[in-house]
Amino acid sequence: MILNRPGEPRHSAVVPLRPRETNLPMVIEIPKEKWSGKVREATLGATSAEGGTRTRTLTIGGQSAMPFLNFEGAIPHAPVFALEIKDRKPADWSPLLYDVWGDAMKNPGDWARAAEAAGADLIVLTLSLTLADGQPNGPENVRSVVRQVLKSSGLPLAVFGPGQAESDNELIVPASEEAKGERLLLGICEDKNYRTIVASAMANGHAVNSRTPMDVNLAKQLVILIHDMGLPLERITMDPSTGALAYGIEYGYSVMERLRLAALQGDSMTQQPILVTPGEESWKVKESRVGEGVPESWGDWKRRAINWETFTAAALVHSGADILVLRHPESLARVRAMVKGLTG
Amino acid sequence: MPLTGLQIYKLLPQTNCKECGSPTCLAFAMKLAAKQAELTACPYVSETSKSQLESASSPPIRLITLAGDGTKLEVGNETVMFRHEKTFYHKPGIFIRLKDSQDLESIRAGAATASAYSVDYVGIKLGVDGFAVESVSGDRARFAAAVGAVAAAKNPLILMAADPAVLAEGAKVVAGTRPLLYAADETNWQQMAEVAKSTKAPLAVKAESLEKLADLTEKLQKAGVEDLVLDPLARGSSASLTILTQIRRLALKKNYRPLGYPVMVFPGEAEGVDEAVMAAQQIAKYAGFVVINSFDPAVLYPLLVLRENLYTDPQKPIQVQPGLFEINAPTADAPVMVTTNFSITYFAVNNEVEGAGWPAWLIVTDADGMSVLTAWAAGKLDSDRIVKAIKACSIESKINHKRLIIPGQVAILSGELEEGLEGWEIMVGPKEAVDIPAYLKAAWKH
Repeated sequence: MILNRPGEPRHSAVVPLRPRETNLPMVIEIPKEKWSGKVREATLGATSAEGGTRTRTLTIGGQSAMPFLNFEGAIPHAPVFALEIKDRKPADWSPLLYDVWGDAMKNPGDWARAAEAAGADLIVLTLSLTLADGQPNGPENVRSVVRQVLKSSGLPLAVFGPGQAESDNELIVPASEEAKGERLLLGICEDKNYRTIVASAMANGHAVNSRTPMDVNLAKQLVILIHDMGLPLERITMDPSTGALAYGIEYGYSVMERLRLAALQGDSMTQQPILVTPGEESWKVKESRVGEGVPESWGDWKRRAINWETFTAAALVHSGADILVLRHPESLARVRAMVKGLTG
Repeated sequence: MPLTGLQIYKLLPQTNCKECGSPTCLAFAMKLAAKQAELTACPYVSETSKSQLESASSPPIRLITLAGDGTKLEVGNETVMFRHEKTFYHKPGIFIRLKDSQDLESIRAGAATASAYSVDYVGIKLGVDGFAVESVSGDRARFAAAVGAVAAAKNPLILMAADPAVLAEGAKVVAGTRPLLYAADETNWQQMAEVAKSTKAPLAVKAESLEKLADLTEKLQKAGVEDLVLDPLARGSSASLTILTQIRRLALKKNYRPLGYPVMVFPGEAEGVDEAVMAAQQIAKYAGFVVINSFDPAVLYPLLVLRENLYTDPQKPIQVQPGLFEINAPTADAPVMVTTNFSITYFAVNNEVEGAGWPAWLIVTDADGMSVLTAWAAGKLDSDRIVKAIKACSIESKINHKRLIIPGQVAILSGELEEGLEGWEIMVGPKEAVDIPAYLKAAWKH
């Protein structure tokens, strides 16, 4: 079950340290990895020159070193930050998120504009199962929402379904068609449901996000299955399903490190850029949702909640995330500042 | 890294003189490798071989122990670059910094509050490890008083002063404990070495390059100070990541002894940096001692949890014993719920139900310590296993109804469960534990 052994280094030849003479400083030879592979590059969004209407495109991946170790490889593209918006105001988000987004949440176009103003590199639009009146969401509404969002923001766009197989297929296909040529990132492809989404991505020039439950081999397998349908590898991102801080983060973190090491060792089907969703994961936990009746040792609610998303995201940046989907603009600003410090 | 018999053999005289009691040097080498002989038995082994053999058998990153009044902290002795290769062993110590420029009472109160801070995480108590007391004044008496005020909290300490005499004065106050002395540099290392030796305390060493750091540690080793901690003065995120990675690599991949020590970091010390985010990075990436400038539960709780998570042994997911749990003294009409034995899952559900005051029966299935969704995906949670667990705990004899609440994440099992549990009504609960109280209120009718 185990892939080739990640973490096995390929060092440059061990050069003996120069014998110490009293006035000469010795030079320490840092053992450097010699990787044979690199992360694939993927580009999202299409400008008018490329047949779309985005004001800019986004390229991720391409690394030939472990995260930010630029002394032994190239890091051509820093991780990028997405803000998640929904097709209508959600009913069950943390009160702190309603505070920060306010009225913009009522309209996906407004929300997209606000997300762009808050500094997002990418907008992730997640579709709801139902409309505001409780009726099932349908193709007409989806097309209208996607149109609105594309008009309101020139950022590259991702569209994710509500996460149930049948609805996903029913709703993602119209979104995909409506945005033909815009090079969206469509999701979520899972092993139980990917064919319809992949077929639509192929027909309309989009990329897909493939999600697996925290397992290196399953991640690889799904990439293979999707690619076997004919979708080029440059249009597939991997989503290893990370958990939030305290709720399983270390599982996803280690799966990511293992995937990234395998990629650098030349395992082609693990070389996809990685997408993670710390926003959704960390904002659904009690620490973020509840301010009353919690232990005093938890500290100030708002700062704690934002720290929850920020630290989850910061850790995942270090384990190899290329796209981080967040919900609070303050986390975005803080993690982006860390990334700036890492890339110089 | 332990040497093989053959590697040891290459360092022996290879004369087969038999004076060690073994017939050949190779036989002796094999015994040494199996720790069935002592190197001292060989009268002819060279000094170079002796030191090589010694250094090869000691851990690549020295274990440093600090002690307070009845408290202890061990840092170091790490063996991998990535936790999945084996595990990270010793959690980095988190220290709150206090300066002697503050008034004594606020120093004492600050230390007391931070020392008493304790937060529960899946049944584990997390807290701050100790305090870094810094001499800003340069005045011996003032520093000593500050150390005394902090020492009342009993945690291990880091004593920080540029002047060895001031440091010595502070160390006197906590004689009998084992503080970390900060720090020796190229201008004062000889005097700092004396203080370290007389107080028998570990010594931090600071320098701006790896070469200078290695040079200093070698000098200090020769002067008789073996317990050292490194401060490579890498304050920005990129410098910190690069240098801490390189130090660990040198220690683990090359057994480079001069840098084979834990590293200390000061996440709040770079220009305009976000101390909390930097601390998170450094906890993930190789720090041994983390000195932070402010005490804030909203930062500490998530940082302590992050540390706990990354330092969990990947081979041993925290689990609870499967079985029937009673919450708030349930009676025959109380709700029956089922979940898996992953600690986080169990505590999430238990804490919600208990905290909301609901009496309930909680059946915890054996899912190899996996969460609900992971267990289901891995085939460790299905209707058969739930049915088995229900029969095994004899819940039917304890209740006057036949309703089972299953986790929302496995709603898909309700059909099969209704077939497998004749006469039972399967209720699908919420996906997230935090929504359980509201769910019970709305859905549970007696």
